[in-house]
Amino acid sequence: MKYIIAVIQPDRLDPVLDLLEKKEIHLVTVSTVMGRGRQKGIATVYRSHREAGSLLRKVKLEIAVNDAFVDATVNAILEGARTGQIGDGKIFILDLPQCIRVRTGEKGGTAIG
Amino acid sequence: MKVRLVHLVSMIALTAFFALHTAQAQSSPSSAPAASPATPSVAVQTAAPTPIPPAAPAPASSTISAGDTAWVLTASALVLLMTPGLAFFYGGLVRKKNVLSILMQCFIVICIITLQWAIFGYSLAFGPDVKGIIGNLDWAFLRHVGADPFPGYSGTIPHSVFMIFQAMFAVITPALILGAFAERMRFGAFCLFVILWATLVYDPVAHWVWGLGGFLSRADAAGNTVRGAADFAGGTVVHINAGVAALATALVLGKRVGAVSPPHNLPFAVLGAGLLWFGWFGFNAGSALGANGLAGNAFVTTHIATAAAGFGWVLCDWMYHRRATTLGVISGAVAGLVAITPACGFVSPMNAIWIGLGAALFCWIAVTFVKARFGYDDSLDAFGVHGIGGIWGALATGLFAEKAINGVNGLFYGDAGQFGLQVKAVLVTAVYSFVVSIVLLKVVDKVIGLRVSEHEERVGLDLTQHKEAGYTVLE
Repeated sequence: MKYIIAVIQPDRLDPVLDLLEKKEIHLVTVSTVMGRGRQKGIATVYRSHREAGSLLRKVKLEIAVNDAFVDATVNAILEGARTGQIGDGKIFILDLPQCIRVRTGEKGGTAIG
Repeated sequence: MKVRLVHLVSMIALTAFFALHTAQAQSSPSSAPAASPATPSVAVQTAAPTPIPPAAPAPASSTISAGDTAWVLTASALVLLMTPGLAFFYGGLVRKKNVLSILMQCFIVICIITLQWAIFGYSLAFGPDVKGIIGNLDWAFLRHVGADPFPGYSGTIPHSVFMIFQAMFAVITPALILGAFAERMRFGAFCLFVILWATLVYDPVAHWVWGLGGFLSRADAAGNTVRGAADFAGGTVVHINAGVAALATALVLGKRVGAVSPPHNLPFAVLGAGLLWFGWFGFNAGSALGANGLAGNAFVTTHIATAAAGFGWVLCDWMYHRRATTLGVISGAVAGLVAITPACGFVSPMNAIWIGLGAALFCWIAVTFVKARFGYDDSLDAFGVHGIGGIWGALATGLFAEKAINGVNGLFYGDAGQFGLQVKAVLVTAVYSFVVSIVLLKVVDKVIGLRVSEHEERVGLDLTQHKEAGYTVLE
């Protein structure tokens, strides 16, 4: 089992979710985050105070998948989130030792899907 | 609950006041208001409608004007709305964790100052003059402040209406100061400071500039018009007074811990600014104390100056930051409102444009450069906007006043002496407010401590001072 964390541009969320739906990957947790890679921030002004703008709004997706679905998930995210500009984001793949469904207590691979 | 010195002192003070009031009421009952109202504008429809005769028995009440009274009552309500408006203007500019502290300080100021005003503050500010410095306590507990007009201030509205109109000014003035020490003052210290400041700074300054016989006033003790500082609606009494006190508090309290934080809710700030603009029509046009051409002039100049100032600030931002900012347009508008306040009943609408543009320029410079250069942490630019705006407004009144509007000429219309009087009023008020504010802050600091601890400041005032959260994170 793998745990996939993807940080993407906020406006790419809908295209990514649509593509994941098509690949039958329904389960996902989404949160809004602030982050920075190599993309320069947008400067903000508050009266005399100028902020260079170091952190940017991003969206984080977290998806637990069985090994067979890793490639499909990653490809869906890449296709939906890529714009070609700096700031498109990153995907991290972690090993997932255990997964449990709260409603039934099922464990392992059957609990994921 | 640990009974602290401050609790004992306040309980003793309150008990003393009410004992005194009861004793006074028994020995000399306050004058029974005998005036009947002038012709109401809406007649009750009966089967055979008859015109209601104008006011009857007491001769004084026959001078009451329904239009004037209705307008000043409305204006009083408008000015009250400015304090919650200010609460949101400031509240949107602070960190999320401190939003309630701002709103709470504004609301408690309404409560505390209203009581202080009614019990003795009004008498000190507007009561019978003592040596040009202060009013006496003849009108404490609102004795002699009833339905009959007091012609010295206004012969066409009940005295109580004049008093309540002025009450709203007394309320908002201390509220303006809190912008300077936002996010770091203890709540109890704030309450104590506000009562002392109202009594020892606001009431005297109001008396000097507006009281009959005040040494800067345009009215002598008998109510005749004399040469004095021209302050139509409170540029000196309210804005310079509060703005300079704000600077004093910023200096005494010191800088906030941690980096400067952006406004947590600019939409709140914009809403607050809108309410301020709306309410300010009561502040300025209401100060004509009548529904007449002078009120009209004050209303128009107020609106035009504010529009010019908002636009002017936006131009400054656009040139310097390459963007027109929302915070800029509302800050400019407020600066314009401040500056036109003393001038609105003395200058023409076209000159109001210059006053507005000047306010935008000077306040923008103060806020963008001066604060950073001198390093004082005036959190919400209370001095930069109200202090500097008020000073410009008072001086601009001395430049642009025209006799045809309200009997005073400024420097540009031939009266250099009037400009000198404005300068005098500005200096006297600024020095007095600054010095006494510092003294009061030191006293309050000694008695109960002014500033929250560093830990409390990091956690936030809403939780530490009020045990409340402005926004629920997890439901």
